[in-house]
Amino acid sequence: MVRFENVGLRYGLGPEILRDLSFRVPAHSFQFLTGPSGAGKTSLLKLLFLSLRPTRGLVNLFGQDVSLLGKDEIADLRKRIGIVLQDFRLLDHMTTYENVALPFRVMGRDESSYRKEVIDLLKWVGLGERMDALPPILSGGEKQRAAIARAVISRPQLLLADEPTGNVDPTLGRRLLRLFIELNKSGTAVIIATHDITLMDQYDARRLVLHQGRLHIYE
Amino acid sequence: MSRTDEQRPLVDLGHERPQLPAHARNLSPIVPRASIAGRALVAVVAIMTFLASITTGTVLLVGASAAEWQSEVGSEITIQVRPQGGRDIERDVAAATEAMRAQPGIVEVRPFTKDESAKLLEPWLGSGLSLDELPVPRVIVARAQPGTTLDLATLRSRVTQAAPTASVDDHRAWIERMRSMTGATVLAGIGILALVIIATIISVSFATRGAMAANRPIVEVLHFVGAGDRYIANRFFRHFLRLGLEGGVIGGGAAMLGFGFSESIAGWFSGTPVGDQFAALLGTFSLRASGYLTLAVQAVLIAAITAWASRRTLFATLDDID
Repeated sequence: MVRFENVGLRYGLGPEILRDLSFRVPAHSFQFLTGPSGAGKTSLLKLLFLSLRPTRGLVNLFGQDVSLLGKDEIADLRKRIGIVLQDFRLLDHMTTYENVALPFRVMGRDESSYRKEVIDLLKWVGLGERMDALPPILSGGEKQRAAIARAVISRPQLLLADEPTGNVDPTLGRRLLRLFIELNKSGTAVIIATHDITLMDQYDARRLVLHQGRLHIYE
Repeated sequence: MSRTDEQRPLVDLGHERPQLPAHARNLSPIVPRASIAGRALVAVVAIMTFLASITTGTVLLVGASAAEWQSEVGSEITIQVRPQGGRDIERDVAAATEAMRAQPGIVEVRPFTKDESAKLLEPWLGSGLSLDELPVPRVIVARAQPGTTLDLATLRSRVTQAAPTASVDDHRAWIERMRSMTGATVLAGIGILALVIIATIISVSFATRGAMAANRPIVEVLHFVGAGDRYIANRFFRHFLRLGLEGGVIGGGAAMLGFGFSESIAGWFSGTPVGDQFAALLGTFSLRASGYLTLAVQAVLIAAITAWASRRTLFATLDDID
């Protein structure tokens, strides 16, 4: 599903922050991406989401060399990827329900076709009572859950999550991890970037450890 | 478990499953309708459309009025019969009138009577004037068929043959002066209009860029959820076209109302020196239907510029995000 070969990344003329990354992410797999702060976890997620282009090496996503893709093809690939960013990126003028339903709306689906699914998921992540609330009045944890719900609602083939449990209590953290595991069981490859050891200890999964720009894989 | 199992619910709520609302929700627009930047853009478009419409309307008024009175005066010929000792002025007037009537291309000849001539002099000499006591020339006004070219030299010789004290004036020199004056006025108006339109394009483009910058987070999120450039561009194009049309309708509508009421406003000033001068220059102050159509087209054009500027800015933003 994902294949990196000798990938390097630098910002401008600065030093290379990711060096010689070579790894594969098989379909239906589950992995944690970890490493100290500033190790390049977010940059790697951005490479995987095609928000950044590598300065060298090969990135192959869903069997396609991303360096050869046009803008429309990249947009089509992104529809197969869900992403949860640290700053949530919710739209303030839309309710929690509308934010979570946004991927379906972009796909052009009718509201009645996804309403049940969105409401069920919002209930699951503990936002059943906050469905009609606007993001500015949500707490940090609620925003995070809404962002996660938006990323998983369309059951992407690849889910990228950047510190998805950073703002929630341990109980809710476990519940969210269960959601990711459920999603993985239904066929989604999951990459969770975190430095929360407790979270990683709750589920036996492959670990990709970034250290000084290089990747070490623990199966 | 494979992805073929997509019909299975992602989460199972069991007894917690909520009751679904019976009717569809009213979804918020992807690009928010009311925002400070959006309202500012509507205000800018409205003001610029108003200014452009006022300029266009004035140019159209001056142009139409000038063309109207130029064609009126251009087809008019005045014969002046001066009194001379030993000559019967009434006979000379009759002879000059007949000579004019015999001229091909002349459709109407109207000699001014004594009383009418006295009326013409009333503003200067007062009422109760007897022309017998004054050597006042008599006037004959002839109207030529519009579009015909008269042989003025032959006309002059015929008239002076019939009445030696008569002189023919075709207003050509005066018309030339007025033509160059109104031409300069219309040209200046077109110049101002061009400047207003350029200023409109620039200010609307900048205001649109400002409004687009405020919407950048929306563009980014749409990008993240897999929306293509065309999808995003269509949403923003529609939004900004609506804002532009809103501003255009307000500005253009206000200007049209202004022109609509201008006739009655001009009526309030009629009789005053200023009012009369304006009436002489601009006629009745009323725009023709084609003038209103021009203003409406201009308002739509400015709305289209707004949408076009948003599209350009949007693609620049999308390139930047990429």
